Amino acid sequence: MTLVSPSSARAIRVGIAIVVIAILPAIVPTFVVFDFIYVAAYAIAILGLIILTGMNGQISLGHGAFMALGGYVAAVLAHNFGWPYWIGVPLAAVASGAFGLVIGAIALRLAGVYLALATFSLAVATPSFLKHYKSITGGFGGLSLDAVKAPAGVPLDGQQWLYYVTWAIAGAAFLASALLVRGKFGRALRALRDNPIAAISFGVNPYYYKTLAFGWSAVLAGIAGAFLAMTTAYVSPDTFTFALSITLLIGAVLGGMLTFWGALVGAIVIEFLPLVAQQVNAGAPSVVYGVTLILMMLFVPDGIVGGVQRLTRRLVRRAPSTPEFEPPVPTAASMAVDHSTRE
Amino acid sequence: MHDLAQQIVSGLATGSIFASMALALVLIYRSMGVINFAQGELAMFSTYVAWQLVQMGVPMWGAFFITIVVAFAGGVLLERVVIRPVERAPQLTLVIVTLGLFTAINGLAGWFWGYIVKPFPTPFPTTPLQIGGVAFSAQDVGVIVVSLITLGLISLFFQKTKLGLAMRAAALYPDQSRVLGIRVGWMLALGWGLASVVGAISGIMIAPVVFLDPNMMQSVIVYAFAAAVLGGIESPIGAVVGGLILGVVLNLLGTYVEAIGNELRLAAALAIIVAVLVIKPSGLFGRATVQRV
Repeated sequence: MTLVSPSSARAIRVGIAIVVIAILPAIVPTFVVFDFIYVAAYAIAILGLIILTGMNGQISLGHGAFMALGGYVAAVLAHNFGWPYWIGVPLAAVASGAFGLVIGAIALRLAGVYLALATFSLAVATPSFLKHYKSITGGFGGLSLDAVKAPAGVPLDGQQWLYYVTWAIAGAAFLASALLVRGKFGRALRALRDNPIAAISFGVNPYYYKTLAFGWSAVLAGIAGAFLAMTTAYVSPDTFTFALSITLLIGAVLGGMLTFWGALVGAIVIEFLPLVAQQVNAGAPSVVYGVTLILMMLFVPDGIVGGVQRLTRRLVRRAPSTPEFEPPVPTAASMAVDHSTRE
Repeated sequence: MHDLAQQIVSGLATGSIFASMALALVLIYRSMGVINFAQGELAMFSTYVAWQLVQMGVPMWGAFFITIVVAFAGGVLLERVVIRPVERAPQLTLVIVTLGLFTAINGLAGWFWGYIVKPFPTPFPTTPLQIGGVAFSAQDVGVIVVSLITLGLISLFFQKTKLGLAMRAAALYPDQSRVLGIRVGWMLALGWGLASVVGAISGIMIAPVVFLDPNMMQSVIVYAFAAAVLGGIESPIGAVVGGLILGVVLNLLGTYVEAIGNELRLAAALAIIVAVLVIKPSGLFGRATVQRV
């Protein structure tokens, strides 16, 4: 009983999202516009995590480290050398991507839980690196940046300009990622996640694809970090603590790791949920995150987006209809391969 | 020379804490093949419980033993309520669930006790001990003694008691153990309880040094990872030896190598983790595993 074909339904959803994002600054207060710049940055980072962990089954608890690298590259170039952001952001992406390829190459040697352990440690150690190399990073105090200004002739204030630029970049990141994973690359990633041995037997090169997935994921995190730095107009070791890495993972799990929409939903959740929960108690956001994370893994492992999709499918099916292809219900098991080395 | 001896003892003291935390990780890894990322947070929470008891007027060692009981009950309860439903789930699920625990426990501690750093009373005398003409801190010596007693008791428990044997059997051969009437599920819960106790003791031992705050165990757990990986993540002896080596080496590096100092100790631990995992994933004491295709 589908009224529209799946592809035009997707086009409609994307269209609605673009329209909402475009008119949002005109209808919400200024401070909410500010929040939505963060949403765009988080969405870019979570998108990278969805490609890496959701599609390829490689768990990263250290994406905050890539954001730190991207953020600091853009900030150091702007603060110490006065370079403009249109050079700084691409360089942040390149630096973070290169680091991602290195970590990805190491990750090839680390199965399942070991990769989680190593990336966890990377995330915890990141602030101490930033504090140690004081002459470049400004140490504890961090680096202050000039607020972003709209170019002359654009009838927007600095914040609105940054809002549109960040969302445009986010849109480009989503589009590029969608094109990237649509064909051979996406199939190879999923095949390596679901059945590495079969995939390799069919000639899928695990080294190439898994390293590349890590690299692309890091590129996205680096860009997100650069925009985070520009939006806050400040970076410090406390911006990129372990809490950031785990927040990104929470966003990916809550949003849902099976479609890119999960990145958008997850980013909205991690930006606004703490703002609400903080009013109860400073510890409340973490408690809510932790409890929700556990409940989601137990009951809705495919996240908010996956859960809603299943719900709507069930509602549609209630209506009399011709039988149609029913995608299998995703489970936690289909999201991850057991890389356990135990016999 | 005296200085070196002091640094080594002080390294052994932190090392024995790393060793205990690493042992807690290994206990759970052996029984369910998962790294409990919340292990450090459990220890932190137990340490807050001890602090609260001391604030309420309970003597230090009384608080110590009450906390152990609370930690044990807490560990068992968490396994039964949170871990049991995902016991057989893929590793990614288990990792995320223990991270959920990590986040929730961290938040709860902040909720109850706030994020302001608190001093923690040392259970040991503050006057230095004179051994062979060298003055050692009583805190360091006390930590080493308590940790060694803990590790010794755990080892005795596993080697000499029927319950310990049942737990080992349940970890290695769950299906066969079930046939023999061992309640495997409860053995796993018991493992969580024991790991939580070992963690609680480490927390109380290190709190006078690192002070009490909800994030106090975050770097300690990374050192414990490094210790466990160095020793071989399936080996309890490896965890202990790995912890002691790591404690001494990091302390000497931090003291005598200018370029590393205090801030890059964590980076050194990270480097050890990556190097061991890449070069010899089974560590010093572990057996190399073969995966059937």
